Amino acid sequence: MSVVAMTVNGKSVSADVEPRTLLVTYIRDTLGLTGTHIGCDTSQCGACVVHVDGKAVKSCTMLAAQAEGAEVTTVEGLAQDGELHPVQKAFREHHGLQCGYCTPGMIMTAVDLIRRKPDLDEETVREQLEGNICRCTGYHNIVKAILAASNEMR
Amino acid sequence: MYQFNYHRPKTLDEAVKALAGADDPKLLAGGQTLIPTLKQRLAMPSDLVDIGSLTDLRYIKAEGDALTIGAGTKHADVAASADVMTHNPALARLADNIGDPAVRHMGTLGGSIANNDPAADYPGACLGLDAKIHTTKRLIEADEFFTGMFETALEDDEIIKEVTFPHPEKAAYMKFANPASRYAMVGVFVSKGPWGIRVAVTGAGQDGVFRASEMEAALEKNWSPDAVANVKISPDGLNTDMHGSAEYRAHLITVMAKRAVEAAG
Repeated sequence: MSVVAMTVNGKSVSADVEPRTLLVTYIRDTLGLTGTHIGCDTSQCGACVVHVDGKAVKSCTMLAAQAEGAEVTTVEGLAQDGELHPVQKAFREHHGLQCGYCTPGMIMTAVDLIRRKPDLDEETVREQLEGNICRCTGYHNIVKAILAASNEMR
Repeated sequence: MYQFNYHRPKTLDEAVKALAGADDPKLLAGGQTLIPTLKQRLAMPSDLVDIGSLTDLRYIKAEGDALTIGAGTKHADVAASADVMTHNPALARLADNIGDPAVRHMGTLGGSIANNDPAADYPGACLGLDAKIHTTKRLIEADEFFTGMFETALEDDEIIKEVTFPHPEKAAYMKFANPASRYAMVGVFVSKGPWGIRVAVTGAGQDGVFRASEMEAALEKNWSPDAVANVKISPDGLNTDMHGSAEYRAHLITVMAKRAVEAAG
């Protein structure tokens, strides 16, 4: 066991965990932030995407220890003062979800994508969602929501 | 995942010492292949030496007639680099098509080539661009570096520091990605530069990346898509798996080589 400390959604956290603890396990089980999902366990589905030092990464493919000292943002950290993030709003507005399981990862990927590429078109959004799988195949409205949010945030 | 001891060295020297002091250690860079492998219990290292936080291994320098890229540089940084786009756009595009955006934020150049996955993209770029691999011990030519499937010339306590990619006159990489995993079923990197002409094939060979010398010879005579279109690659030594036969991959090599020469212009 060893102590792993980081900042999650602006709050300093620290816990004594086994070295093999994944970041997603640390977030969900140690911190109780269950908005971040585990979908595939094979690094393909993207339900577990969080931001580490401002970059979207798969928290199931990273050890908690690798995030020592990092700034982590999960889907719970997006809303500010009770106000949903524009991407969250757009997903609600455009019904960018069906069962909702992939949604946290989709939203975290979308926030990162809009930050990296402010001028998005549909093709780019679809291409950039390569690492996020929606088993309901509800991509159409997800893409619509991301484009709407990107316009809104421009 | 099996248990392991975790080390987070602050310098490359400390990392080398940690490797030397462990029974059966593994280096952890971005972890985008290693962590999934550990999760499936396909590997059981005694120790993980995490060099991911060594930020002094993350840089891209354009000096003279080459790019030198630190081993810890993320794929996303190579893809977004103005220097790489200017001097070697084929390399930037290759980096931009590895895995997915989240993988590109973590995965590193050094990690990719040290792992030498037979379907990885960067080994194709290294071999296809006559790259020089600088380690904590020596300089290794790309031709000597990749020695077989998941095998390299690296010694147990040797760490990649940086890779130098001489600027090509022309270059392009074309990948036929597996529709599910996005790994290369076949990827062909073609280039023309001070080293002559190179055609490196990844994704197809049982022993990993290799040079298609008959295609290089055809392009020496005539740099055009048609020159490679008629070169048939033998399926001997190519992979057969659930995604495609050796014959299918052999055919794809010709198709991808043709497209790559076309794209290189």
